[in-house]
Amino acid sequence: MPVLQELQRNHATISDFAMQVIADELGIHPAEVYGVTSFYAFLRQESRGRFVFRLCQTVSCDLAGKSRVACQLENDLGIGFGETTADGRFSLEWASCLGMCDQGPALLVNDRIFTRVTPERVHEIIDECKRTFGAHARQAAHA
Amino acid sequence: MNPVSSKKTPFTFDSIEPESGLKSALGKSRADIIAEISASGLRGRGGAGFPTGTKWNLAAAAKVKAGGNKYVVCNADEGEPGTFKDRVILLEHADLVFEGMTIGALAVGAKLGILYLRGEYVYMRPHLDAVLQRRRHQKLLGTAIAGREGFDFDIQIHMGAGAYVCGEETALIESLEGCRGEPRNRPPFPVDTGFDGQPTIVNNVETLAWAACILSRSAHWFKSIGTDKSAGYKLFSVSGDCREPGVYEFPLGISVAELLQKVGGEGAKAVQVGGASGHCIPASEFSRRIAFEDISTGGSIIVFGPGRDMLEVAKNFMEFFVEESCGQCTPCRVGNAKLLEGVGLLERGECSMQYVQELLGLSETMQLASKCGLGQSSPNAFVSIVKHFKDEIMGRTLVH
Repeated sequence: MPVLQELQRNHATISDFAMQVIADELGIHPAEVYGVTSFYAFLRQESRGRFVFRLCQTVSCDLAGKSRVACQLENDLGIGFGETTADGRFSLEWASCLGMCDQGPALLVNDRIFTRVTPERVHEIIDECKRTFGAHARQAAHA
Repeated sequence: MNPVSSKKTPFTFDSIEPESGLKSALGKSRADIIAEISASGLRGRGGAGFPTGTKWNLAAAAKVKAGGNKYVVCNADEGEPGTFKDRVILLEHADLVFEGMTIGALAVGAKLGILYLRGEYVYMRPHLDAVLQRRRHQKLLGTAIAGREGFDFDIQIHMGAGAYVCGEETALIESLEGCRGEPRNRPPFPVDTGFDGQPTIVNNVETLAWAACILSRSAHWFKSIGTDKSAGYKLFSVSGDCREPGVYEFPLGISVAELLQKVGGEGAKAVQVGGASGHCIPASEFSRRIAFEDISTGGSIIVFGPGRDMLEVAKNFMEFFVEESCGQCTPCRVGNAKLLEGVGLLERGECSMQYVQELLGLSETMQLASKCGLGQSSPNAFVSIVKHFKDEIMGRTLVH
């Protein structure tokens, strides 16, 4: 699993080819690697965006006004849940309880947690991601 | 990272002198440490409530298979909806948890500890790694801990990847071994055949922290709090319709009404005790006590105000279980989907009473025939909501 997690972090996706390589290295059948990859919500074969937005869908966040935040996320990103933007920058997903129930609605963006998210703040969060994405892109170009 | 502390009452953890539990344990024999934990009456704080002393005793007595070692696993896969106490403990009292793991290792004779941290808490990783590194420098981890020859123990962190079922101890072990997190048949139990086939104790974050407190303060102190069958304090994660959501420390045996008063949730219509897998308690039963002998909980308390639609609540919980069932056994995989379908019928006002009865029968089958705790407890919320709020959920005419 740590191998798959590292791969996911660096490449945002776990391809068939990568799974085959891992299976060869570990001396196991690729179906076993596929089985593990498909089991966990945080591991994915499909390509994901640079920023993965995971909105907590659990009851406490529901009570705190999750559905309006969800609606605004869809509007501002222009995609639905389970989708990735055409430019490959953003993915939008649901998450099971994020453990922030007293400060909901909670939103996990990659490794960062945002609490008490309001429909108004959604735009700020997306904007901030866009800025750091620019910096990241420049760094990668220099490397 | 954690802008507002969720702590709403002082914790006993604040007042425990650092490492005093470990110091006390080092002065005792292995059997005496376990006897102290058993005498305290400490039971698993993750929700299942298994006596911790018994678990440690079984692991201590179990034989290691050729060339291996015993393990101490800390279950930090806190995924129960409405639970966040472990997040607060790990952020503010990580040392106490690691101290508890070290005491457990001393008691059962383990060489390696693993903290299984849920994928959603990845942002805590740098903090926890730093605490572990400091403990190694302080000689509280590594070889010859606190100068005792032969007492070698270290702790690693393993990240989960977003699967609620991995909070079940055998699924957690499968996940640690790099497999799909599907629960195993029990027996054999992890205390005998756990991680890598070796004797393993799997304890909740809070349980381990309390174990350290008990060694520091004494079993007698712990036993004197709470009720006969449910000793000690418990941390409660309170959320939903109340003035002061957050983490509270209360003695076990507190009634739902008392708790509501302390968190500013008077006038609630219902309280979900124990998260999605727990029970929904209506106002008429608020005098019941939160303890292993009455309403058992891992600490999740979700308060529903007068305006809440209980069918919506049932729907949310059933969607959660359909998503999180590992799919291995039929009662859970198909049962949860059927219950969710039933909620849909109720929502549209198209469900006959007879069908509701059939769904309740199905729930009973799931409780009896599912392989692990997830499947066995997944119909609880549905059953208690149907039982207490029939008037509200039957014969709907409004279509959302």
